[in-house]
Amino acid sequence: MAFAHLLEVDNLQTHLKLRDGTIRAVDGVSFTVDAGETLGIVGESGSGKSMTALSIMRLLPRAGDIIGGRVKFKDRVLTDLSEDEMEAVRGTEIAMIFQDPMTSLNPVYRTGWQVGEPLRIHQHVRARASVAAAVDLFKKVGIPDARRRVAQFPHMFSGGMRQRAMIAMGLSMSPSLLIADEPTTALDVTIQAQILDLLRTLNRDYGTATILITHNLGVVAGMCDRVIVMYAGRIVEQGRTEEVFMHPEHPYTWNLLHSLPRLDASEHQPLKPIVGSPPDMLKLPVGCKFQPRCGFAIARCGVEEPSLLRVREQLSRCWVTQGGTRLDGPNSGG
Amino acid sequence: MRNLKTWFPVRSGVVSRVVGYVRAVDGVDLTIREGETLGLVGESGCGKSTLGRTILRLVEPTAGEVYFRGKNILRLRRAAMRRMRRQMAIIFQDPFASLDPRQTVSQILGEALDIHGLAPSGRRRKERISELLDLVGLSPDLARRYPHEFSGGQRQRIGIARALAVDPTFIVCDEPISALDVSIQAQIINLLEQLQEKFRLTYLFIAHDLSVVKHISDRIAVMYVGKVVEVSPAKDLYGAPKHPYTSSLLSAIPIPDPRLERRRERIILKGDVASPVDPPSGCRFRTRCFKAQPRCAETEPPLDTVDLGEHQAACFYPM
Repeated sequence: MAFAHLLEVDNLQTHLKLRDGTIRAVDGVSFTVDAGETLGIVGESGSGKSMTALSIMRLLPRAGDIIGGRVKFKDRVLTDLSEDEMEAVRGTEIAMIFQDPMTSLNPVYRTGWQVGEPLRIHQHVRARASVAAAVDLFKKVGIPDARRRVAQFPHMFSGGMRQRAMIAMGLSMSPSLLIADEPTTALDVTIQAQILDLLRTLNRDYGTATILITHNLGVVAGMCDRVIVMYAGRIVEQGRTEEVFMHPEHPYTWNLLHSLPRLDASEHQPLKPIVGSPPDMLKLPVGCKFQPRCGFAIARCGVEEPSLLRVREQLSRCWVTQGGTRLDGPNSGG
Repeated sequence: MRNLKTWFPVRSGVVSRVVGYVRAVDGVDLTIREGETLGLVGESGCGKSTLGRTILRLVEPTAGEVYFRGKNILRLRRAAMRRMRRQMAIIFQDPFASLDPRQTVSQILGEALDIHGLAPSGRRRKERISELLDLVGLSPDLARRYPHEFSGGQRQRIGIARALAVDPTFIVCDEPISALDVSIQAQIINLLEQLQEKFRLTYLFIAHDLSVVKHISDRIAVMYVGKVVEVSPAKDLYGAPKHPYTSSLLSAIPIPDPRLERRRERIILKGDVASPVDPPSGCRFRTRCFKAQPRCAETEPPLDTVDLGEHQAACFYPM
């Protein structure tokens, strides 16, 4: 391959105009995705994880605007493309699936017709052939009775089936990158397991690189090669999933992992909650944005914002760990 | 609860003829012991929330009996039920939808006191409201604010304060943390645990997240399409589930540990949850079950098919 990375996001800045002011929804985010890999982006609501994805796809809501930075995909700079050129990339080379499969399908068209739409638009496949292709795609994503199912309308599909149909549509043009934004959040756990299994299989069999956006750390642990943790529009930690989970180098990640009840815990241990509330993006604190909620904070944290720098195996935006302190040391209180 | 059933009619056509029933709760026998937390888990539509509401008679059951401290509350008349209600409360999932946006916190909490005539004088009332806010970790200065001025976690604290207002002994917690951000969930779980210890509360804790339920519960009941399929002490369930549905549910829950996740064996179920309008014959899980035999379609296994004393499961071919 001629290019170093499949996707390169460089210092992305996206602003969102709200009634009460403008927020920096994405504030200087940089990362890369390589062919065939699965990258997780975790964060809470408002952390900027979905806005990052929508910026890459250039599908921002009207109030949103990319005001700086660059997104490069293969050899093209997406942020420089015209809307028509971008439209040709969407759905063919990069596909996106959303949290809510209920609203992502048009209720008045048959599912097979909708799933075949990218083929009709981008490859000028004829109507009948596009529906035949949809039958194959349905089989690929594990929708049983595909021939009958393509003739049905979305309301006849369960939530899990709709998400499968959306994934089938996303795959119709064999994209090299799939962005999945909370694809299983609206689904029950046994159905979530089915969809995650499907994404894993597709990644393995077709080498589709995946960006998986989720708030669920368990999902990341089972799916992703690397992970990015976002807080207040910034990346606060980035690294290989195993490193980040085994020895987090940012207090937010550390605290998140310690605040979750674990199914495999043998003893009842009181949870260590994160104090306070998620930040108000209109009134972000000076210095480190997590500092008001951080049990590790030192004086410098409230004055000056740290950069995202290498700490041992990963990158962390934290004065404390950059100064050499280990979060899992003997006096770690959180 | 004895053989509790709550069916909702499905109506169709211009004359709203009843064409069937959603058997949301369909023959449940369960006991909740004083001072314990019974966790109730299951997927959406399994009837767990309806069961919680039926126990409090927020929804009237179709059949069965509910005994609260020895009294069948389904037979109680309105006044007697009102007195009984003082011992019971509910905390809802959505702290945004369950608080009236036009009422201040003080009015929301005061209303609960007024209904039961718990704080007649203004001064006593004010004290009690401050006390309630203090209990849930909110400053009493916030009493004159409106719900929209609070974050999700704070709103859920108000919901908890409202539940505590009547000084209940039994609280149904209906998905109390599902709508909250991950970083807030542990705060609310810890608060519920502290309050339980302080006031010796009994909880029915309804949730779809088994890791949370396992953490907070003494015993766990697993529901599938209107039926309880397994009951067990919380500590036994993860290590030794008996019902194939429970074990697939457990294996479906991701654990935030990449090394463990890589080694884990997953049971991926086929198909979707069966319909409560027209449930399968025999065992309701058999249509998705990897252990199903012809017998499972013929006879419905009772909950004590597997009977290990404290641990019971409704399955002919247990794990």
